[in-house]
Amino acid sequence: MTADAHQPATRGELSLPRYQRPEGVHPPLNSPAYRSSILRAPSQPLVPMPQWLTEVTGPLLGAERVTAPDSDLTTRHAGEPLGERIIVTGRVLDSDGRPVPDTLVEIWQANSAGRYRHHVDDHRAPLDPNFDGGGRCMTDSQGRYRFVTIKPGPYPWRNHLNAWRPSHIHFSVFGRAFTQRLITQMYFPGDPLLAHDPIFNSVPDPNARERMIASFSLGLTVPEWALGFAWDIVLRGSTATIFEARQDP
Amino acid sequence: MTLPLTPSQTVGPFLAVGLPWPDGPFVVPEGTPGAITITGRVLDAAGDPVTDALVETWQADADSRFNHPDDPRGAADPATPGFRGFGRCATDQDGRYRIVTIRPGPLPCPPGGAEAPHLDVSVFARGLLDRVVTRIYFPDEAKANASDPVLSAIVAPERRETLFARAEPGGRADEFRFDIRLRGPRETVFFDV
Repeated sequence: MTADAHQPATRGELSLPRYQRPEGVHPPLNSPAYRSSILRAPSQPLVPMPQWLTEVTGPLLGAERVTAPDSDLTTRHAGEPLGERIIVTGRVLDSDGRPVPDTLVEIWQANSAGRYRHHVDDHRAPLDPNFDGGGRCMTDSQGRYRFVTIKPGPYPWRNHLNAWRPSHIHFSVFGRAFTQRLITQMYFPGDPLLAHDPIFNSVPDPNARERMIASFSLGLTVPEWALGFAWDIVLRGSTATIFEARQDP
Repeated sequence: MTLPLTPSQTVGPFLAVGLPWPDGPFVVPEGTPGAITITGRVLDAAGDPVTDALVETWQADADSRFNHPDDPRGAADPATPGFRGFGRCATDQDGRYRIVTIRPGPLPCPPGGAEAPHLDVSVFARGLLDRVVTRIYFPDEAKANASDPVLSAIVAPERRETLFARAEPGGRADEFRFDIRLRGPRETVFFDV
């Protein structure tokens, strides 16, 4: 967005950021290979909606509900969780390359055996008494986030015969505007299950799919302690557009 | 510089591990004078409840303002103490969600028009590879609704109807019902924002 996108407009004008509409990035809602979409994805075409005041603003919150331990999923209990300890870190950026500072990042994931602490998960794998699977943090002034957790295990699901989800961590990010809201999944490099996963492959563009896979980083790896993975999240960017507004309500 | 975007993925069936907040449904604190409750169910094409959805709402305050720097009228302290603008509620075993808020004011919009009071809504669920976005309008704002450009762009009356909250039959004046039908008969209008 241009510098004046964040300045109050002169009287009689509404200067609103205009967020890029993504083309060919997100998965089509109707993706029948992902069976759960069949009864749930809308059948009618989406109606184009202008980006006005409700859409270019959004909740700027989170700092009051996040404490430092929330970003470390390995130190919540008396013992340490089983599995490969990992560091997952990166930046939240917009598509103009600007960092998105002070935004809430929330994650959730299975334990190292591929089991979620959730009453619906009946996978025959053990729960880990030392692992809950949820975390959150605020990005810093450079848009940076960092979590310490364990590598989630793959798990079976009933989408089709012998269906297994690749290891993944769910990420939820607000950005600064309603238009930027994103929930996605981060995958791990080299996972052989990626090629068989209808959720990962619901993203049509192979380059876009690659952007959901973290990079292993020896530089982020802490000797004798934890493997490091780097993953940036890119939200829609904006430019300022000025409209005339002749009346206030 | 243009960076390519990160694609969306579904929240899956286990979002309750990470997303619900105990105070999520409270856009304003419980007991706030003038507060309203919006409840409803999220339903699938078979009419069955969607028990693993998350409903989020975002709206202006009662004075039509946002406490946000990108509001060109300037960020404004909320007219109602404790107003957060944002609500979040996971659906229960009946597919039901509940949001406690205040009625937003109308908003100016280009070119020189006004949007009727509304809440923007995101729905996330297993089976939705991206969020779906809709709006909640109020049934007793006939004049404002009639000139709302977003509503007016939806020609079919039976489609437009899906965007109105309803007074609960026999219910209180501060209670509204808004069901979200993801697919099928009376499917809710969803927007590309």
